[in-house]
Amino acid sequence: MSSFSLAEGSVRELNASLHAGGGQVGDNEWLITEPDGRHALACGLNEPMEVVIDGNAGYYCAGKNQHANVTINGTVGVGVAENMMSGRVRVRGNASQSAGATGHGGLLIIDGDASARCGISMKGIDIVVGGSVGHMSAFMGQAGRLVVCGDAGESLGDSLYEARLYVRGDVKSLGSDCVEKPMRDEHRAELRELLDQAGYDAQPDEFKRYGSARRLYNMHVDNARLDGGGGNE
Amino acid sequence: MCGIVGLYLKDPAQASQLGALFEPMLLAMGDRGPDSAGWGVYGDEVPDGMLKLTLQSEDPSTPWDELMDAFRRDLDGDVDWFRNATAVVIKTRAEEAAVRAWLATNAPAISLMSVGSSIEILKGVGHPRLVADRFSLNQMRGSHIIGHTRMATESAVNMEGSHPFSTGLDLCLVHNGSLSNHNRLRRQLEHEGMSFETDNDSEVAAAYLTWRLRQGETLTQALEAALDDLDGFYTFTIGTRDGFAVLRDPIACKPAVMAETASYVAMASEYRALARLPGISQARVWEPEPGRVYVWEHAQQGVEETGT
Repeated sequence: MSSFSLAEGSVRELNASLHAGGGQVGDNEWLITEPDGRHALACGLNEPMEVVIDGNAGYYCAGKNQHANVTINGTVGVGVAENMMSGRVRVRGNASQSAGATGHGGLLIIDGDASARCGISMKGIDIVVGGSVGHMSAFMGQAGRLVVCGDAGESLGDSLYEARLYVRGDVKSLGSDCVEKPMRDEHRAELRELLDQAGYDAQPDEFKRYGSARRLYNMHVDNARLDGGGGNE
Repeated sequence: MCGIVGLYLKDPAQASQLGALFEPMLLAMGDRGPDSAGWGVYGDEVPDGMLKLTLQSEDPSTPWDELMDAFRRDLDGDVDWFRNATAVVIKTRAEEAAVRAWLATNAPAISLMSVGSSIEILKGVGHPRLVADRFSLNQMRGSHIIGHTRMATESAVNMEGSHPFSTGLDLCLVHNGSLSNHNRLRRQLEHEGMSFETDNDSEVAAAYLTWRLRQGETLTQALEAALDDLDGFYTFTIGTRDGFAVLRDPIACKPAVMAETASYVAMASEYRALARLPGISQARVWEPEPGRVYVWEHAQQGVEETGT
Protein backbone atom coordinates (compact mmCIF):
# COMPACT_ATOMS: atom_id res chain seq x y z
CA MET A 1 0.00 0.00 0.00
CA SER A 2 1.18 3.50 -0.83
CA SER A 3 0.43 6.41 1.41
CA PHE A 4 0.26 10.13 0.86
CA SER A 5 0.05 12.81 3.55
CA LEU A 6 -1.62 16.04 2.54
CA ALA A 7 0.25 17.69 5.39
CA GLU A 8 3.36 17.11 3.26
CA GLY A 9 2.19 17.14 -0.37
CA SER A 10 -0.30 19.20 -2.38
CA VAL A 11 -3.66 18.11 -3.79
CA ARG A 12 -2.24 18.41 -7.29
CA GLU A 13 0.66 16.11 -6.41
CA LEU A 14 -1.75 13.64 -4.83
CA ASN A 15 -4.04 13.47 -7.84
CA ALA A 16 -1.08 13.19 -10.22
CA SER A 17 0.29 10.30 -8.13
CA LEU A 18 -3.08 8.55 -8.20
CA HIS A 19 -3.42 9.02 -11.96
CA ALA A 20 0.06 7.54 -12.47
CA GLY A 21 -0.82 4.69 -10.14
CA GLY A 22 0.19 1.81 -12.39
CA GLY A 23 -2.86 -0.36 -12.05
CA GLN A 24 -1.10 -3.60 -11.10
CA VAL A 25 -3.14 -5.90 -8.92
CA GLY A 26 -2.08 -5.67 -5.29
CA ASP A 27 0.04 -2.63 -5.96
CA ASN A 28 -2.65 -0.04 -6.29
CA GLU A 29 -3.85 0.68 -2.79
CA TRP A 30 -3.55 4.15 -1.34
CA LEU A 31 -3.98 5.62 2.11
CA ILE A 32 -4.42 9.38 2.13
CA THR A 33 -3.94 11.11 5.46
CA GLU A 34 -4.54 14.64 6.79
CA PRO A 35 -7.17 15.53 4.17
CA ASP A 36 -8.38 18.36 6.50
CA GLY A 37 -11.30 19.29 4.29
CA ARG A 38 -9.27 19.96 1.16
CA HIS A 39 -11.21 20.07 -2.09
CA ALA A 40 -10.99 17.84 -5.19
CA LEU A 41 -9.26 14.86 -3.57
CA ALA A 42 -8.94 11.65 -5.61
CA CYS A 43 -10.66 13.15 -8.65
CA GLY A 44 -10.60 11.76 -12.16
CA LEU A 45 -9.37 8.28 -11.21
CA ASN A 46 -9.45 5.97 -14.20
CA GLU A 47 -8.01 2.63 -12.98
CA PRO A 48 -9.19 -0.15 -10.69
CA MET A 49 -7.64 0.89 -7.38
CA GLU A 50 -8.42 1.09 -3.67
CA VAL A 51 -8.16 4.55 -2.12
CA VAL A 52 -8.85 5.31 1.55
CA ILE A 53 -9.08 8.94 2.64
CA ASP A 54 -8.59 8.93 6.38
CA GLY A 55 -10.46 11.99 7.62
CA ASN A 56 -12.85 14.68 6.41
CA ALA A 57 -12.74 15.77 2.77
CA GLY A 58 -13.95 18.99 1.11
CA TYR A 59 -15.80 19.65 -2.14
CA TYR A 60 -15.95 17.34 -5.18
CA CYS A 61 -14.19 14.42 -3.51
CA ALA A 62 -13.78 11.43 -5.86
CA GLY A 63 -15.40 13.38 -8.70
CA LYS A 64 -15.53 11.83 -12.18
CA ASN A 65 -14.51 8.48 -10.73
CA GLN A 66 -14.07 5.56 -13.12
CA HIS A 67 -13.24 2.02 -11.94
CA ALA A 68 -11.76 2.99 -8.54
CA ASN A 69 -13.06 2.22 -5.06
CA VAL A 70 -12.72 5.27 -2.80
CA THR A 71 -13.60 5.20 0.91
CA ILE A 72 -13.71 8.35 3.01
CA ASN A 73 -13.39 7.79 6.77
CA GLY A 74 -15.14 11.04 7.58
CA THR A 75 -17.50 13.63 6.16
CA VAL A 76 -17.43 15.16 2.68
CA GLY A 77 -18.35 18.59 1.33
CA VAL A 78 -20.41 19.52 -1.72
CA GLY A 79 -20.53 17.20 -4.74
CA VAL A 80 -18.94 13.96 -3.60
CA ALA A 81 -18.61 11.51 -6.52
CA GLU A 82 -20.10 14.07 -8.90
CA ASN A 83 -20.31 12.73 -12.44
CA MET A 84 -19.09 9.27 -11.38
CA MET A 85 -18.97 6.83 -14.30
CA SER A 86 -18.20 3.53 -12.53
CA GLY A 87 -16.53 2.14 -9.44
CA ARG A 88 -17.60 2.68 -5.85
CA VAL A 89 -17.38 5.61 -3.43
CA ARG A 90 -18.22 5.13 0.24
CA VAL A 91 -18.56 7.96 2.78
CA ARG A 92 -18.43 6.75 6.38
CA GLY A 93 -19.85 10.04 7.72
CA ASN A 94 -22.24 12.73 6.48
CA ALA A 95 -22.22 14.29 3.02
CA SER A 96 -23.04 17.87 2.05
CA GLN A 97 -25.14 18.97 -0.92
CA SER A 98 -25.35 17.48 -4.41
CA ALA A 99 -23.85 14.10 -3.55
CA GLY A 100 -23.52 11.98 -6.68
CA ALA A 101 -24.69 14.83 -8.91
CA THR A 102 -25.02 13.92 -12.62
CA GLY A 103 -23.44 10.48 -12.01
CA HIS A 104 -23.65 8.08 -14.94
CA GLY A 105 -22.76 4.84 -13.16
CA GLY A 106 -21.10 3.18 -10.21
CA LEU A 107 -22.27 3.02 -6.61
CA LEU A 108 -22.15 5.82 -4.03
CA ILE A 109 -22.78 4.78 -0.42
CA ILE A 110 -23.24 7.38 2.32
CA ASP A 111 -23.41 5.82 5.77
CA GLY A 112 -24.53 9.08 7.41
CA ASP A 113 -26.93 11.75 6.15
CA ALA A 114 -26.76 13.55 2.81
CA SER A 115 -28.06 17.12 2.65
CA ALA A 116 -29.94 18.89 -0.14
CA ARG A 117 -30.01 17.84 -3.81
CA CYS A 118 -28.59 14.35 -3.29
CA GLY A 119 -28.54 12.66 -6.71
CA ILE A 120 -29.46 15.80 -8.63
CA SER A 121 -29.65 15.01 -12.35
CA MET A 122 -28.49 11.43 -11.74
CA LYS A 123 -27.99 9.62 -15.04
CA GLY A 124 -27.44 6.00 -14.06
CA ILE A 125 -25.53 6.10 -10.77
CA ASP A 126 -26.83 4.09 -7.82
CA ILE A 127 -26.85 5.92 -4.48
CA VAL A 128 -27.54 4.24 -1.14
CA VAL A 129 -27.86 6.54 1.89
CA GLY A 130 -27.87 5.01 5.35
CA GLY A 131 -29.40 8.14 6.91
CA SER A 132 -31.64 10.87 5.50
CA VAL A 133 -31.47 13.18 2.48
CA GLY A 134 -32.32 16.90 2.23
CA HIS A 135 -34.63 18.81 -0.05
CA MET A 136 -34.81 18.46 -3.86
CA SER A 137 -33.06 15.11 -3.87
CA ALA A 138 -33.03 13.27 -7.23
CA PHE A 139 -34.14 16.51 -8.94
CA MET A 140 -34.43 15.75 -12.68
CA GLY A 141 -33.06 12.26 -12.09
CA GLN A 142 -32.86 10.54 -15.45
CA ALA A 143 -31.68 7.02 -14.62
CA GLY A 144 -30.24 5.01 -11.74
CA ARG A 145 -31.54 4.22 -8.27
CA LEU A 146 -31.58 6.30 -5.07
CA VAL A 147 -32.11 4.35 -1.84
CA VAL A 148 -32.73 6.30 1.38
CA CYS A 149 -32.87 4.32 4.62
CA GLY A 150 -33.98 7.38 6.62
CA ASP A 151 -36.24 10.29 5.62
CA ALA A 152 -36.35 12.54 2.55
CA GLY A 153 -36.78 16.34 2.64
CA GLU A 154 -39.07 18.56 0.60
CA SER A 155 -39.73 18.06 -3.12
CA LEU A 156 -38.27 14.60 -3.54
CA GLY A 157 -37.87 13.65 -7.19
CA ASP A 158 -39.00 16.96 -8.66
CA SER A 159 -39.23 16.81 -12.48
CA LEU A 160 -38.08 13.21 -12.38
CA TYR A 161 -37.42 11.23 -15.54
CA GLU A 162 -36.70 7.50 -15.09
CA ALA A 163 -34.60 7.29 -11.93
CA ARG A 164 -36.18 4.99 -9.32
CA LEU A 165 -36.35 6.16 -5.72
CA TYR A 166 -36.78 4.01 -2.60
CA VAL A 167 -37.35 5.64 0.80
CA ARG A 168 -37.80 3.79 4.08
CA GLY A 169 -38.80 6.75 6.29
CA ASP A 170 -40.99 9.81 5.82
CA VAL A 171 -41.00 11.94 2.70
CA LYS A 172 -41.67 15.57 3.63
CA SER A 173 -43.16 16.27 0.21
CA LEU A 174 -42.96 14.98 -3.34
CA GLY A 175 -41.76 17.26 -6.10
CA SER A 176 -43.64 18.05 -9.26
CA ASP A 177 -44.53 14.90 -11.24
CA CYS A 178 -43.10 12.51 -8.63
CA VAL A 179 -45.56 9.90 -7.33
CA GLU A 180 -45.55 6.84 -5.11
CA LYS A 181 -45.65 3.63 -7.12
CA PRO A 182 -46.35 0.03 -6.14
CA MET A 183 -43.48 -2.21 -5.02
CA ARG A 184 -43.44 -5.29 -7.20
CA ASP A 185 -41.17 -8.30 -6.92
CA GLU A 186 -38.62 -6.91 -9.38
CA HIS A 187 -38.33 -3.76 -7.26
CA ARG A 188 -37.92 -5.73 -4.04
CA ALA A 189 -35.21 -7.77 -5.77
CA GLU A 190 -33.23 -4.79 -7.05
CA LEU A 191 -33.55 -3.03 -3.69
CA ARG A 192 -32.29 -6.16 -1.88
CA GLU A 193 -29.31 -6.23 -4.21
CA LEU A 194 -28.48 -2.55 -3.61
CA LEU A 195 -28.82 -2.92 0.17
CA ASP A 196 -26.58 -5.97 0.07
CA GLN A 197 -23.97 -4.12 -1.97
CA ALA A 198 -23.99 -1.38 0.67
CA GLY A 199 -23.89 -3.91 3.51
CA TYR A 200 -27.20 -2.81 5.03
CA ASP A 201 -29.65 -5.33 6.48
CA ALA A 202 -32.77 -3.18 6.09
CA GLN A 203 -35.74 -5.05 4.60
CA PRO A 204 -37.10 -4.07 1.17
CA ASP A 205 -40.67 -4.36 2.48
CA GLU A 206 -39.99 -1.39 4.77
CA PHE A 207 -39.47 0.91 1.76
CA LYS A 208 -41.80 2.77 -0.54
CA ARG A 209 -41.04 3.31 -4.21
CA TYR A 210 -41.36 6.67 -5.97
CA GLY A 211 -41.04 7.48 -9.64
CA SER A 212 -42.11 9.77 -12.44
CA ALA A 213 -45.79 10.18 -13.31
CA ARG A 214 -44.48 11.08 -16.78
CA ARG A 215 -46.86 14.04 -17.06
CA LEU A 216 -44.06 16.41 -18.01
CA TYR A 217 -42.76 14.40 -20.92
CA ASN A 218 -45.01 16.10 -23.44
CA MET A 219 -46.24 19.62 -23.95
CA HIS A 220 -49.75 20.13 -22.58
CA VAL A 221 -51.44 23.07 -24.20
CA ASP A 222 -53.42 23.66 -21.02
CA ASN A 223 -50.17 24.64 -19.31
CA ALA A 224 -49.47 27.42 -21.83
CA ARG A 225 -51.81 29.91 -20.26
CA LEU A 226 -51.92 33.45 -21.63
CA ASP A 227 -51.24 34.98 -18.22
CA GLY A 228 -47.88 33.23 -18.12
CA GLY A 229 -48.76 31.52 -14.90
CA GLY A 230 -49.41 27.89 -14.38
CA GLY A 231 -46.45 25.67 -14.78
CA ASN A 232 -46.53 22.07 -13.87
CA GLU A 233 -48.27 21.91 -10.51
CA MET B 1 -18.21 34.05 -1.95
CA CYS B 2 -17.15 35.20 1.55
CA GLY B 3 -16.32 32.97 4.50
CA ILE B 4 -17.95 32.73 7.90
CA VAL B 5 -16.52 31.20 11.06
CA GLY B 6 -17.72 30.97 14.64
CA LEU B 7 -16.34 29.36 17.80
CA TYR B 8 -18.07 28.99 21.14
CA LEU B 9 -16.10 27.54 24.07
CA LYS B 10 -18.12 25.52 26.56
CA ASP B 11 -15.32 25.47 29.12
CA PRO B 12 -14.56 28.91 30.65
CA ALA B 13 -11.06 27.68 31.51
CA GLN B 14 -10.24 27.80 27.78
CA ALA B 15 -11.03 31.53 27.49
CA SER B 16 -7.39 32.52 27.15
CA GLN B 17 -7.10 30.25 24.08
CA LEU B 18 -10.03 31.73 22.14
CA GLY B 19 -8.03 33.93 19.78
CA ALA B 20 -5.33 31.32 19.21
CA LEU B 21 -7.94 28.68 18.34
CA PHE B 22 -9.95 31.05 16.17
CA GLU B 23 -7.23 32.71 14.10
CA PRO B 24 -6.49 29.62 11.96
CA MET B 25 -10.24 29.28 11.33
CA LEU B 26 -10.46 32.82 9.97
CA LEU B 27 -7.27 32.51 7.92
CA ALA B 28 -8.40 29.21 6.38
CA MET B 29 -11.30 31.15 4.85
CA GLY B 30 -8.94 33.78 3.41
CA ASP B 31 -9.36 32.52 -0.15
CA ARG B 32 -13.17 32.76 0.15
CA GLY B 33 -12.80 36.40 1.19
CA PRO B 34 -9.47 38.10 0.59
CA ASP B 35 -10.51 41.77 0.57
CA SER B 36 -11.61 42.45 4.16
CA ALA B 37 -12.03 40.64 7.45
CA GLY B 38 -13.51 41.18 10.86
CA TRP B 39 -14.86 39.54 13.98
CA GLY B 40 -17.02 40.10 17.01
CA VAL B 41 -15.42 38.76 20.19
CA TYR B 42 -17.22 38.30 23.52
CA GLY B 43 -15.39 38.46 26.83
CA ASP B 44 -14.02 40.84 29.49
CA GLU B 45 -17.59 41.72 30.49
CA VAL B 46 -18.24 45.05 32.23
CA PRO B 47 -20.42 45.16 35.39
CA ASP B 48 -24.10 46.12 35.32
CA GLY B 49 -24.61 49.82 34.77
CA MET B 50 -21.59 50.10 32.51
CA LEU B 51 -21.21 49.87 28.74
CA LYS B 52 -18.36 48.68 26.58
CA LEU B 53 -18.00 50.43 23.22
CA THR B 54 -15.64 49.79 20.33
CA LEU B 55 -14.66 52.81 18.24
CA GLN B 56 -12.63 52.77 15.07
CA SER B 57 -10.89 55.40 12.97
CA GLU B 58 -9.26 54.73 9.64
CA ASP B 59 -7.06 57.79 10.15
CA PRO B 60 -3.89 56.58 11.91
CA SER B 61 -3.18 60.09 13.18
CA THR B 62 -6.43 60.22 15.17
CA PRO B 63 -5.54 61.96 18.48
CA TRP B 64 -7.07 59.31 20.74
CA ASP B 65 -5.48 60.66 23.95
CA GLU B 66 -6.93 64.14 23.43
CA LEU B 67 -10.25 62.70 22.40
CA MET B 68 -10.52 60.51 25.47
CA ASP B 69 -9.51 63.41 27.71
CA ALA B 70 -12.45 65.31 26.27
CA PHE B 71 -14.68 62.24 26.78
CA ARG B 72 -13.60 62.18 30.44
CA ARG B 73 -14.34 65.88 30.82
CA ASP B 74 -17.70 65.87 29.01
CA LEU B 75 -19.25 62.45 29.73
CA ASP B 76 -17.58 60.24 32.32
CA GLY B 77 -14.72 61.20 34.63
CA ASP B 78 -14.03 57.53 35.38
CA VAL B 79 -13.94 56.23 31.81
CA ASP B 80 -11.55 53.34 31.22
CA TRP B 81 -10.17 52.77 27.74
CA PHE B 82 -7.46 51.05 25.74
CA ARG B 83 -6.26 51.23 22.19
CA ASN B 84 -5.82 48.30 19.81
CA ALA B 85 -4.28 49.50 16.51
CA THR B 86 -6.97 51.60 14.75
CA ALA B 87 -9.62 50.73 17.35
CA VAL B 88 -10.33 51.89 20.88
CA VAL B 89 -12.38 50.03 23.49
CA ILE B 90 -14.15 52.20 26.08
CA LYS B 91 -15.72 51.09 29.36
CA THR B 92 -18.01 53.78 30.70
CA ARG B 93 -21.08 54.60 32.78
CA ALA B 94 -22.22 57.12 30.16
CA GLU B 95 -25.47 56.38 28.28
CA GLU B 96 -25.27 55.08 24.70
CA ALA B 97 -27.36 57.96 23.34
CA ALA B 98 -25.12 60.52 25.05
CA VAL B 99 -22.02 58.90 23.60
CA ARG B 100 -23.52 58.83 20.10
CA ALA B 101 -24.48 62.50 20.31
CA TRP B 102 -21.06 63.43 21.68
CA LEU B 103 -19.25 61.51 18.92
CA ALA B 104 -21.38 63.13 16.23
CA THR B 105 -20.36 66.55 17.49
CA ASN B 106 -16.75 65.96 18.54
CA ALA B 107 -15.47 63.16 16.30
CA PRO B 108 -17.75 62.65 13.29
CA ALA B 109 -15.09 60.64 11.41
CA ILE B 110 -14.98 57.98 14.11
CA SER B 111 -17.22 54.93 13.71
CA LEU B 112 -18.98 53.31 16.66
CA MET B 113 -18.57 49.63 15.87
CA SER B 114 -20.25 47.94 18.80
CA VAL B 115 -22.12 48.63 22.03
CA GLY B 116 -22.78 46.17 24.84
CA SER B 117 -21.35 44.71 27.98
CA SER B 118 -19.09 42.11 26.40
CA ILE B 119 -18.85 42.52 22.60
CA GLU B 120 -15.94 44.08 20.71
CA ILE B 121 -16.19 44.35 16.91
CA LEU B 122 -12.90 44.72 15.06
CA LYS B 123 -12.74 44.78 11.28
CA GLY B 124 -10.91 46.29 8.37
CA VAL B 125 -9.91 46.23 4.73
CA GLY B 126 -7.06 43.94 3.71
CA HIS B 127 -6.26 40.26 3.57
CA PRO B 128 -7.50 38.44 6.70
CA ARG B 129 -3.85 37.72 7.63
CA LEU B 130 -3.12 41.45 7.79
CA VAL B 131 -6.31 42.29 9.68
CA ALA B 132 -5.66 39.48 12.21
CA ASP B 133 -2.08 40.72 12.72
CA ARG B 134 -3.21 44.34 13.01
CA PHE B 135 -5.48 43.61 15.97
CA SER B 136 -3.42 40.71 17.46
CA LEU B 137 -6.32 38.30 17.05
CA ASN B 138 -4.35 35.32 18.36
CA GLN B 139 -3.92 37.01 21.75
CA MET B 140 -7.64 37.59 22.29
CA ARG B 141 -9.50 36.04 25.20
CA GLY B 142 -13.19 35.40 25.64
CA SER B 143 -16.02 32.92 25.60
CA HIS B 144 -17.02 33.06 21.93
CA ILE B 145 -16.27 34.80 18.66
CA ILE B 146 -17.70 35.01 15.15
CA GLY B 147 -15.83 36.24 12.11
CA HIS B 148 -16.01 36.94 8.39
CA THR B 149 -13.75 37.10 5.38
CA ARG B 150 -15.20 39.23 2.61
CA MET B 151 -15.25 38.99 -1.17
CA ALA B 152 -17.37 42.03 -1.96
CA THR B 153 -20.14 41.63 -4.53
CA GLU B 154 -22.86 44.11 -3.59
CA SER B 155 -21.05 47.25 -2.49
CA ALA B 156 -17.72 48.98 -2.03
CA VAL B 157 -14.67 47.50 -0.33
CA ASN B 158 -14.24 49.70 2.72
CA MET B 159 -14.22 49.35 6.48
CA GLU B 160 -17.92 50.24 6.78
CA GLY B 161 -18.87 47.48 4.35
CA SER B 162 -16.86 44.86 6.23
CA HIS B 163 -18.49 42.43 8.61
CA PRO B 164 -19.62 41.96 11.39
CA PHE B 165 -22.42 44.50 11.55
CA SER B 166 -23.75 45.52 14.95
CA THR B 167 -27.42 44.65 15.41
CA GLY B 168 -27.96 46.08 18.89
CA LEU B 169 -26.51 45.62 22.35
CA ASP B 170 -24.03 42.71 22.33
CA LEU B 171 -25.36 41.52 18.96
CA CYS B 172 -23.62 41.28 15.62
CA LEU B 173 -24.18 39.65 12.25
CA VAL B 174 -21.97 38.11 9.59
CA HIS B 175 -23.39 37.14 6.20
CA ASN B 176 -22.35 34.97 3.29
CA GLY B 177 -24.60 35.50 0.29
CA SER B 178 -26.50 38.32 -1.33
CA LEU B 179 -29.96 39.73 -0.72
CA SER B 180 -32.10 40.66 -3.69
CA ASN B 181 -34.71 42.80 -1.93
CA HIS B 182 -32.37 44.95 0.17
CA ASN B 183 -33.17 48.26 -1.54
CA ARG B 184 -36.90 47.98 -0.88
CA LEU B 185 -36.29 46.68 2.62
CA ARG B 186 -33.87 49.53 3.33
CA ARG B 187 -36.54 52.09 2.37
CA GLN B 188 -39.10 50.34 4.58
CA LEU B 189 -36.70 50.27 7.52
CA GLU B 190 -35.86 53.96 6.99
CA HIS B 191 -39.57 54.68 7.41
CA GLU B 192 -39.33 52.80 10.70
CA GLY B 193 -36.56 55.13 11.82
CA MET B 194 -33.51 52.98 11.06
CA SER B 195 -30.47 54.71 9.55
CA PHE B 196 -27.83 53.29 7.20
CA GLU B 197 -24.19 54.08 6.55
CA THR B 198 -23.62 52.01 3.39
CA ASP B 199 -25.31 50.53 0.31
CA ASN B 200 -24.46 47.09 1.66
CA ASP B 201 -27.13 44.37 1.63
CA SER B 202 -25.82 42.76 4.82
CA GLU B 203 -26.24 46.05 6.69
CA VAL B 204 -29.93 45.86 5.76
CA ALA B 205 -30.17 42.36 7.23
CA ALA B 206 -28.50 43.65 10.40
CA ALA B 207 -30.87 46.61 10.61
CA TYR B 208 -33.84 44.32 10.00
CA LEU B 209 -32.86 42.17 12.99
CA THR B 210 -32.16 45.25 15.11
CA TRP B 211 -35.63 46.58 14.27
CA ARG B 212 -37.34 43.27 15.08
CA LEU B 213 -35.50 42.93 18.38
CA ARG B 214 -36.50 46.49 19.32
CA GLN B 215 -40.13 45.42 18.93
CA GLY B 216 -39.48 43.01 21.79
CA GLU B 217 -39.05 39.86 19.74
CA THR B 218 -36.56 37.18 20.75
CA LEU B 219 -33.64 36.48 18.45
CA THR B 220 -35.31 33.23 17.36
CA GLN B 221 -38.55 35.08 16.50
CA ALA B 222 -36.62 37.74 14.60
CA LEU B 223 -34.75 35.12 12.59
CA GLU B 224 -37.94 33.22 11.79
CA ALA B 225 -39.46 36.46 10.52
CA ALA B 226 -36.32 37.00 8.43
CA LEU B 227 -37.08 33.76 6.60
CA ASP B 228 -40.25 35.44 5.27
CA ASP B 229 -38.96 38.96 4.71
CA LEU B 230 -35.42 38.52 3.37
CA ASP B 231 -35.20 37.41 -0.25
CA GLY B 232 -31.93 36.05 -1.53
CA PHE B 233 -29.05 33.83 -0.57
CA TYR B 234 -27.74 33.77 2.94
CA THR B 235 -25.99 31.92 5.64
CA PHE B 236 -26.05 34.17 8.71
CA THR B 237 -24.19 33.76 11.95
CA ILE B 238 -25.35 36.06 14.73
CA GLY B 239 -23.25 36.62 17.84
CA THR B 240 -25.17 37.17 21.08
CA ARG B 241 -23.99 38.00 24.60
CA ASP B 242 -24.24 34.33 25.57
CA GLY B 243 -23.50 32.45 22.36
CA PHE B 244 -24.33 32.45 18.68
CA ALA B 245 -27.09 31.55 16.22
CA VAL B 246 -26.99 30.20 12.65
CA LEU B 247 -29.61 30.56 9.92
CA ARG B 248 -29.50 29.45 6.27
CA ASP B 249 -31.94 30.45 3.55
CA PRO B 250 -34.58 27.81 2.77
CA ILE B 251 -32.90 26.80 -0.50
CA ALA B 252 -29.48 26.51 1.19
CA CYS B 253 -27.58 28.35 -1.52
CA LYS B 254 -24.61 29.10 0.72
CA PRO B 255 -22.56 26.52 2.58
CA ALA B 256 -22.25 25.89 6.31
CA VAL B 257 -20.78 23.11 8.39
CA MET B 258 -20.98 22.63 12.16
CA ALA B 259 -18.83 20.69 14.59
CA GLU B 260 -19.45 19.97 18.26
CA THR B 261 -17.32 18.32 20.94
CA ALA B 262 -17.54 18.29 24.74
CA SER B 263 -15.50 21.50 24.82
CA TYR B 264 -16.73 23.65 21.90
CA VAL B 265 -19.28 24.34 19.16
CA ALA B 266 -17.82 25.62 15.90
CA MET B 267 -19.30 26.65 12.56
CA ALA B 268 -17.68 27.54 9.26
CA SER B 269 -18.40 27.94 5.57
CA GLU B 270 -16.14 24.96 4.89
CA TYR B 271 -14.67 22.15 6.93
CA ARG B 272 -11.15 23.37 6.10
CA ALA B 273 -11.66 26.10 8.69
CA LEU B 274 -12.35 23.52 11.42
CA ALA B 275 -9.52 21.15 10.57
CA ARG B 276 -7.04 22.61 13.11
CA LEU B 277 -9.37 22.57 16.11
CA PRO B 278 -8.31 20.19 18.88
CA GLY B 279 -10.25 16.93 18.96
CA ILE B 280 -11.91 17.63 15.60
CA SER B 281 -11.43 14.05 14.41
CA GLN B 282 -13.76 12.93 17.23
CA ALA B 283 -16.23 15.81 16.77
CA ARG B 284 -19.79 15.43 15.53
CA VAL B 285 -19.68 17.13 12.12
CA TRP B 286 -22.86 17.98 10.22
CA GLU B 287 -24.52 20.48 7.91
CA PRO B 288 -27.15 22.75 9.50
CA GLU B 289 -30.50 22.36 7.78
CA PRO B 290 -31.89 25.17 5.65
CA GLY B 291 -34.66 27.36 7.06
CA ARG B 292 -33.96 26.27 10.63
CA VAL B 293 -32.83 28.52 13.47
CA TYR B 294 -29.96 27.10 15.52
CA VAL B 295 -28.97 28.78 18.79
CA TRP B 296 -26.15 27.89 21.20
CA GLU B 297 -26.03 29.81 24.46
CA HIS B 298 -24.46 29.45 27.90
CA ALA B 299 -27.79 29.32 29.66
CA GLN B 300 -28.87 26.24 27.76
CA GLN B 301 -27.40 22.82 27.57
CA GLY B 302 -27.18 21.84 23.95
CA VAL B 303 -29.03 23.25 21.03
CA GLU B 304 -32.26 25.11 20.63
CA GLU B 305 -33.67 24.36 17.23
CA THR B 306 -36.77 25.81 15.71
CA GLY B 307 -37.81 25.62 12.14
CA THR B 308 -40.44 26.24 9.61
